[in-house]
Amino acid sequence: MSRLPVKKTYKLFIGGAFPRSESGRTYEAEGQNVARASRKDVRDAVRAARGALPKWAGMTAYNRGQVLYRIAEMVEARAAEFADLCSGRDEVERTIDRVVWYAGWADKFAQVIGSSNPVAGPYFNFTVPEPTGVVATLAPDEPPLLGLVSRVAPALTGGNAVVVVASETRPLAAIELAEALATSDVPGGVVNILTGNRAELAPWLAAHMDVNAIDIAGADGIAPELERAAADNVKRVVRGRADAQSPWEIAAFMELKTVWHPVGR
Amino acid sequence: MTDLERPRGGVPAPKDWTYAPAPEARDVVTLADRYGHFVGGEWIEAEETYTTISPATEEPLAEIGQATPAEVERAVAAARDAYDDGWSTISPSERAKYLFRIARILQERSREFAVLESLNGGKPIKESRDVDLPLAAAHFFYYAGWADKLEYAFPNQRPRPIGVAGQIIPWNFPLLMLAWKIAPALAAGNTVVLKPAETTPLTALLFCDVLRQAELPAGVVNIVTGDGATGAAIVKAEGVDKVAFTGSTEVGKAIQRELAGTGKKLTLELGGKAANIIFDDAALDQAVEGIVNGIYFNQGHVCCAGSRLLVQESIYEPVVDKLKRRLATLRVGDPLDKNTDVGAINSKQQLEKIQELVAVGEEEGAEIYQPPCRVPEKGYWFVPTVFTNVAQSYRIAQEEIFGPVLSILTFRTPDEAVEKANNTPYGLSAGVWTEKGSRILWMAERLRAGVVWANTYNRFDPSSPFGGYKESGFGREGGRHGLEPYLQLDDSEAFGG
Amino acid sequence: MAQAPVLPRGFELPLEPRLPRIGSVDAVALEERAASLAKRSIKREAKVFALELAIRMIDLTTLEGQDTPGKVAALASKAIRPDPTHADIPSVAAVCVYPNLVPTAVARVRETGVKVASVATAFPSGQSPLDAKLEEVRWVVEQGADEVDMVIDRGAFLSGRYAKVYDEIVRVKDASSSAHLKVILEVAELGTYDNVRRASLLAMAAGADFIKTSTGKLPGAATLPVTLCMLEAIRDVYEETGRMVGMKPAGGIRQAKQAVQYLVQLHETLGVEWLTPDLYRIGASSLLNDVLMQLRKERTGVYQSGDYFTLD
Repeated sequence: MSRLPVKKTYKLFIGGAFPRSESGRTYEAEGQNVARASRKDVRDAVRAARGALPKWAGMTAYNRGQVLYRIAEMVEARAAEFADLCSGRDEVERTIDRVVWYAGWADKFAQVIGSSNPVAGPYFNFTVPEPTGVVATLAPDEPPLLGLVSRVAPALTGGNAVVVVASETRPLAAIELAEALATSDVPGGVVNILTGNRAELAPWLAAHMDVNAIDIAGADGIAPELERAAADNVKRVVRGRADAQSPWEIAAFMELKTVWHPVGR
Repeated sequence: MTDLERPRGGVPAPKDWTYAPAPEARDVVTLADRYGHFVGGEWIEAEETYTTISPATEEPLAEIGQATPAEVERAVAAARDAYDDGWSTISPSERAKYLFRIARILQERSREFAVLESLNGGKPIKESRDVDLPLAAAHFFYYAGWADKLEYAFPNQRPRPIGVAGQIIPWNFPLLMLAWKIAPALAAGNTVVLKPAETTPLTALLFCDVLRQAELPAGVVNIVTGDGATGAAIVKAEGVDKVAFTGSTEVGKAIQRELAGTGKKLTLELGGKAANIIFDDAALDQAVEGIVNGIYFNQGHVCCAGSRLLVQESIYEPVVDKLKRRLATLRVGDPLDKNTDVGAINSKQQLEKIQELVAVGEEEGAEIYQPPCRVPEKGYWFVPTVFTNVAQSYRIAQEEIFGPVLSILTFRTPDEAVEKANNTPYGLSAGVWTEKGSRILWMAERLRAGVVWANTYNRFDPSSPFGGYKESGFGREGGRHGLEPYLQLDDSEAFGG
Repeated sequence: MAQAPVLPRGFELPLEPRLPRIGSVDAVALEERAASLAKRSIKREAKVFALELAIRMIDLTTLEGQDTPGKVAALASKAIRPDPTHADIPSVAAVCVYPNLVPTAVARVRETGVKVASVATAFPSGQSPLDAKLEEVRWVVEQGADEVDMVIDRGAFLSGRYAKVYDEIVRVKDASSSAHLKVILEVAELGTYDNVRRASLLAMAAGADFIKTSTGKLPGAATLPVTLCMLEAIRDVYEETGRMVGMKPAGGIRQAKQAVQYLVQLHETLGVEWLTPDLYRIGASSLLNDVLMQLRKERTGVYQSGDYFTLD
C-alpha cells in the first residue's frame, strides 16, 4: 500500500508568520484549499507592512541588495517545487534572474534617478529617491510566479514594504514564495501575501488610508473603481505590466526628495 | 544707567522715521476693458464674463471670460490641431528656440508683468519683481534647453510627447505657475490648454501677447479663463491626454477620481502644512528671518509655507521674542509700494477662510499675537499673526490656512521633532534649522516631504524638483524630473500612469 | 600685572542657554537679509531725514602717514561746517585722527560740539605690548580726545586667546577713563561672521561703548552684512541686559545711497532708538561730500557737480 502524503495547509503570509484567515474561510484553487483572506486580514497585513517599513527603508542599500539576492538563492533552492506551481522551469529561472537583476540595482538606482541640481544661488541642492511607503500590489494572474515577482521586486528594491494579493486562480506559487521568503533574510512584514477573492480584497487596499501606492497590474475590470478609491488619500496608482524589468519600475514606487542647504563660511 | 552703560552725548533719537510712499508706476500696464479666450492663436469672444478686481482696493480691472464647456472644447481642439499640425514633429531645437524667445521676452517685459501681477493678485511688488518674474523667465530658459536633449534625460526610454496637456493653476503665483506648467509641456513637445485661477487671470492673458511676439505657432498654447467649472471642463475634455493641477487637496482628489479609469496621465501639486523646525543651536537671527520668509512671504499664500513652527523648548522664549519683534517691522499695505513686505489677501473668499480658522484657533485656546499695524480700509487685508500655545490637535495646527498665520509648537528631541513634523496627511515641504551638519542630514532623511529646506526656506529654482509626498500630490515640477510627467516613456509606469 | 579675568557668564560655551549666547551666524541668510534691506526705496522727506542724520553721524576721518596739522585743521573746519553756503547743514559727529594730531584737532573743534576721536593701541595692527598701548591711550585722553578707537589684538583672537583680547579691552577701557571707547574688530581679518559675532560679544562684555567694523586700512572693510551681524549681536546684548551699545561701520562707505542703506538696516534691526550719533557713527571721509550733493539735489531738484563742494 502506497504512503498517504501529508498535505500542506495553505495559509496567508502576514508579518513573517503564516496565519489562517481570521475569517476562517478557504476557497479551492489548483485543487487545494487556500486561505480566503478577509478585510481584516488586509488590515493586519497593512499594519505589518507599516511596522516593518522603517527598518527595511532604513537599511543600507548594499544590505538590501544582499537580502534581495538571498531571495534568489532561496527560490533557486526550491526551483523544482516552483516549477510544478507555475508554467515550468523556464518561468522559475526567469524569476530568479529577475530578482538577481533587481538585487544589483539596490545600491545603484539612486544614482540614476537622483540628481544634484545647479540652482542659481549659494545653495547645494540635491534630489534623492525615497520609498513611497506601503505598496499594495495586485499581482497579475499570469504568469503566477514571474508576474508577482516582477511587480513586487522593484517596489522592494526601492525600500518599500508590500502587501500583495496573489493571483486568485493560481495562488500556490505565491504561497510557495512566501515560504521561501520566510526562510530568507527578508524581515517579517516587508512582504505580506494574501490569497483570496481579489475583487473583495482590492477595494479595501485601494481605499486604505495607510497605503501609499497601489499597483493595479492585476486589477482586471475593476481598475476604475480602485483608482477612484485611491484618490481618498492621493494614492500613487501604478499601472504595472506583468513582464516589465527596468529601473524605472523602481522609480514608480519612489518619492523624490529635494534638499537645499546654503553654501557659506 | 551707569556711565558704562550709556554713551555720553545726549543727542536724542527721533520719534520715528516714516518712509515716504514709493509706489511702482502703474502706467507700464495697459489693460483692455474686456478679455476673451486665447484659442488657436486668436482671441475669441467669451460668451459669459465676470469682473476681475484688485484685491488691495476692490477696484474692478477688467471683464474676464467664464469659459463654457463648448469654449473649452474649442481650445482643446485648437491644441490638438496644433499638435498634429507640426508642434509634435518640428525639430526639437526649433522648439527650444521658441522657449528661449519666450524667456527673453518675459525678461524684457518683466516690469510690466510684475506690476500687473501685484495689481491683480495683491502680492508685494518687491516679490513679483524679485521672485515671480525672474523665476518665471528662468523656468522657460531652463526647459528651453531640454527640448532637444530629451533622449539624454531619459536614455533607453524613447521619450515622446503625450499630446494635449490640460493645465489648471492657482492664484498664489499666477505667472510663475503658468511657467512651471507650460515650459516643460512645450519642451516635451506637447500643446497646452491652460486655465489661470479665477481671481488672477491678467498675467496669463498678457502672456498671450508674449506668445504673439515669440511667434509661437497658433494653438500650441491656449488660455481659457473661468472658475472651477471651467477647470472641470478641462479635466473632462476627451481630447486632453494629460492633466496637471496645482491647487487644493480637495480639488486634487476630485480630479484624481474623475480621471480614474481613463488612462490619462495626472500630476497633482496640492496643499501642505509644513513644519519649520528650529533647534537650539540654530543661527537664531537667520532662523527668525527664515520663519518670517516661511510664513509671511506672499501673505502665506504658499502651499509649501512653513505654517507650523516647531521650536526646541530650550530656546522657545528667545525665538518667540525675536519673532514678535520682527513682526512689528513688517510693512503691510499697498502691494505696489516698493517697501511693502506683506500685501493684500488675494480674495474676499480667502480672507473669510483665514478669519474663520483664526477664530477657531482662538476658541481652541491658542494665544494670538498680532503686531500693531494699520491696514487700508478698502481691500482684503490680514495682519501677520502668530499663535502660541498651540497643541498638535488644534485645527490651526492641522489644516492649511493659506494665509499669514503661524502656529508655534515646541519639541524636546530630534525624534519628537520628526514625529510631530510628519504627523500630518500632507508632505510637501519642511524646514530644519541647526548648525549641526549630521543632524541636518539625519532630519532630512526622516522628514516625509518632497522639499526640505535646511537653514533656509521658500527657495525655488527651475533646476530643483518640487512636489509632494502623501496628500500633497504626486509628480515633480522643475529639473529633469519635471519633464517626466509630459512624456511617454518606454517601461515607465510612474504615478498616475 | 595683567591677569586674565574670568569670562562673563554665558560667553564661553553653553553655560547659560539664554542670550547672549555665542550662537552662530548663517552667512548666506545673513547676506540675503542685508541685500533685501538694501532694496528699500527711501524717497523725498524720508531721504532728506536720512541724509541729514547721516551727516550728524559721520566720524570724519583722516588716517594717513602724510597727515599734517594743516590737513587736520582743514578737516576739522569741514566737520564743523560741512557746507559753508548752507548754515542749516549740521556738523558731523567727530573728527577721527592719529594720536599726534589730537592736539590740533582739539584746538580747532573746541566749543563746537564736534568731538575728537583718536585711534590708539598701535593702530592699525595692534601688534605692540600692552603697556605701550595703554600709555598711548592715556596720552590721547590727556590731550583732550573725547573718544578712543582701539583695535583688538586679532593675533590673540585668531589663536583662541580670547581672555587676552578681553583683558586688553578691559584695560584700555580703564585707561581711557571718561573717553568713550570704540572697539575696532577689523572684520576683514576675522574670516567668518561667526568670529565677528564672537568678537562683538566679547568687546561688549569687556565694556565697549561702540563696536566698530574696521580700521579702513584693509580692503573689505565695512559691508552691509557684517554690520548687520554686529547689530544683531548688539540687539542680543540689549535684549538680555538692557544695555545700549553703539555701532560704527567704517571704511568703504563713500556714497549717500550706501549711507541710507546703512541707516535703513539700523532702523529695521535696532529700531528708532538707535538713530542718534550717540549710538551710531559712520567712519568716512569722502562720504560727506556725496551726502551734501544729494541733499542739495533734493532741495534744488537738479543734479550737482563736485566743483561746488569743498575738498578738504
